[in-house]
Amino acid sequence: MTNSFLRACLLACLLAVCGRALAIDTEAAFDDPVLQHRYEAINRELRCLVCQNQTIADSNATLAQDLRREVREMIAAGSTDDEIRDFMIERYGDFVLYRPRMTAQNFLLWSAPVLLLLGGAVVVVRVVRKRALDTDLEPDRPEAGQS
Amino acid sequence: MLKLKFIVPLLLFAALGAFLFVGLYRDPSYVPSPLIGKPAPEFTLPSLQDPNYPVSSKELLGQPWVLNVWGTWCGGCRTEHDTLLAIARTRAVPIVGLNWKDDNGAAQQWLSQLGNPYSVVAEDREGRTAIDWGVYGAPETFLIGPDGVVLFKHIAPMTMEVWNQEFLPRIEQARAATGSKT
Repeated sequence: MTNSFLRACLLACLLAVCGRALAIDTEAAFDDPVLQHRYEAINRELRCLVCQNQTIADSNATLAQDLRREVREMIAAGSTDDEIRDFMIERYGDFVLYRPRMTAQNFLLWSAPVLLLLGGAVVVVRVVRKRALDTDLEPDRPEAGQS
Repeated sequence: MLKLKFIVPLLLFAALGAFLFVGLYRDPSYVPSPLIGKPAPEFTLPSLQDPNYPVSSKELLGQPWVLNVWGTWCGGCRTEHDTLLAIARTRAVPIVGLNWKDDNGAAQQWLSQLGNPYSVVAEDREGRTAIDWGVYGAPETFLIGPDGVVLFKHIAPMTMEVWNQEFLPRIEQARAATGSKT
């Protein structure tokens, strides 16, 4: 009983340590935990453009290292998160963001779920109404609703 | 009315199919540069051959020029090197090299062994200028107009085909535009 509990604890500890070991950017960039948190949060939102399905926090490509250095220096220089994001967008375009912004170009894409839902609702309402109408007529005119 | 019920989904399907079909032939790793049509980022970097001699983008204003981002660690750069040499021999425009995160000795050796297509090479050891230019994978080649505006960017090894079809017409156009102003 206590043995298995101990084992579970040990496993939990090992896994906790493991996460640190697997991290790419292990060195803390800032002594201040607030700045460190901002640094990590921004890194998780920026795409590493060489290895496109990874964030710069996940990648050890030299470009990711360089971009992390830019983020670190900008935070140290007192830039806001938005300023850092704008800096990246100016150079690499919207693609650098993992959470894409809504722009004039992708507005249709952003509104697609709502438009599709509305379109579906319109179709459903029309079909239901037509069926209701057809069943009302059915006793008198069995052909109704057929072409 | 009933016909519409069949035609609309068919058209929607055809439109979706067309989009997907076009998508098949697009390179998903291509990132369009937000720099096109905007002033090129300025830089002043040490020259690869002589660190005491700075290379500044300002000195290149007034003529169309090409910025080629390369490094000895980059396989595609070796592929395009002979093409760059051939382009340099035509003396169409100055080709400025941006040696990106490279070893100075290795880069100089590369140029002395393979030939030097560059009018001048700027050394970007820390990769900061490359970030300003939105570089993410060498080789990348930019075309900058006489007014300092980025006209075109090619990401991949340069080929004679790309040079003749994409770069030369834009260079001529840029020259004609500035010629008429003066």
